[in-house]
Amino acid sequence: MLENYLPVLVLIGIAVAFAVGSVVMSGLIGMKKPSAVKLAPYECGMPLVGSARERFSVKFYIIAMLFILFDIEAVFLYPWAVMFKRLGMFGFVEMGVFIAILLVGFIYVWKKGALEWE
Amino acid sequence: MIDGLIMIVLILIKLGVIFAVIMTMAAYLVLAERKILARMQLRHGPNRVGPFGMMQPLADVIKLLTKEDFLPDRADKWLFLLAPGMAAVTAILTFAVVPFGPPLQVFGHELPLVVIDLNVGVLYFLGLSSLAVYGVALGGWASNSKYSLLGGIRGLAQLISYELSMGLALVPVVMLARSFSLTDIVLAQQAAPFILVNPLAFLIFLVSVVAESKRTPFDMPEAENELVGGFHTEYSGMRFGLFFVGEYINLVILSSMVTVFFLGGWLGPLLPGVIWFGVKVLALCFFFIWVRGSLPRLRYDQLMHFGWKILLPLALLNVLLTGAVLLWSRT
Repeated sequence: MLENYLPVLVLIGIAVAFAVGSVVMSGLIGMKKPSAVKLAPYECGMPLVGSARERFSVKFYIIAMLFILFDIEAVFLYPWAVMFKRLGMFGFVEMGVFIAILLVGFIYVWKKGALEWE
Repeated sequence: MIDGLIMIVLILIKLGVIFAVIMTMAAYLVLAERKILARMQLRHGPNRVGPFGMMQPLADVIKLLTKEDFLPDRADKWLFLLAPGMAAVTAILTFAVVPFGPPLQVFGHELPLVVIDLNVGVLYFLGLSSLAVYGVALGGWASNSKYSLLGGIRGLAQLISYELSMGLALVPVVMLARSFSLTDIVLAQQAAPFILVNPLAFLIFLVSVVAESKRTPFDMPEAENELVGGFHTEYSGMRFGLFFVGEYINLVILSSMVTVFFLGGWLGPLLPGVIWFGVKVLALCFFFIWVRGSLPRLRYDQLMHFGWKILLPLALLNVLLTGAVLLWSRT
């Protein structure tokens, strides 16, 4: 069973070799003339203002948390989808209840304004 | 023993051929995109290097290889190195599960035209496609540039907007095919491709795929006229090249996935399967370029609202609808 994944492993090898190889090649061939101005982060040629390592307000963090919840719930749908024909009516009603609960939660979140910014 | 050896050699040959084909396709897709976009904007596009500019990809590679490869001041060295690799490697890896033709007979062995027909192919594709965002997010943060940071954050915002509906749009496909294996999914479309069986899932998936490819109208992470280059502003030389190659390989992959899930993969009358597959993939690639040439860019909160308030409810209802129709048609 696990040896099925051997080609994937070989492909990982090839892909990594390609990525590392091309960067190393460009490091060897490319010219090297670093200077303080060239290494500074690009800001349209103006003197730097502040740092990029400051805290940045991510307006969508509630949506990001919701994403995790809904993504896990979507994962539940996959095994059910494969077995759908075999589970028949019983499986359909059960998943209907599950999705209904999901939708109720979703509508609640929507009405609470969690999908809006600020 | 001998059989095992032949198997390994066959796998290696297959991987080599596929790798070469992907790379060539990615390189010439860049040229095709520049040419087509140019024509749409009443320009000529690259036509200096070789006949009709056909050697342009080669010239680009040489240019990228000889550019200076530098690390910006105060950038996080290892993450800065890792990010473009992540982008390219995850894109190449997805090709392992794409079935691009019916099995061939070689020396009495059955040679399936897919690197590996994983029984969890759909999950493998979804998993890798969500890993790909690490390249954008890490690269954007590690560069220590404000443009890159904004690009990386937008990349994440984009991921949480389209991924749910992309995953949910595939649930009806799995229900219809009763398998996660991409080969089985293609074979399940012998009667009719799933685009006809379930057009709503196709539309949702197509929009999500355009968002996943990070191209106009959803190219907020790059948005060259507001963020310079977005997450790859600080990248130069071949590291930028890896991001670039990754993006175009991704385009080929996503076209293949749409083909496999909804357009019947290699199935088609008269012509051999591989050709049908190629034609469908190229048509979709052209569609993506056309979209880029026609549509303006959205804001990323607009995409977020679109993904959460329209695509997600539609996708969930579509799952229920498909289930109801399947049950009804059986009884």
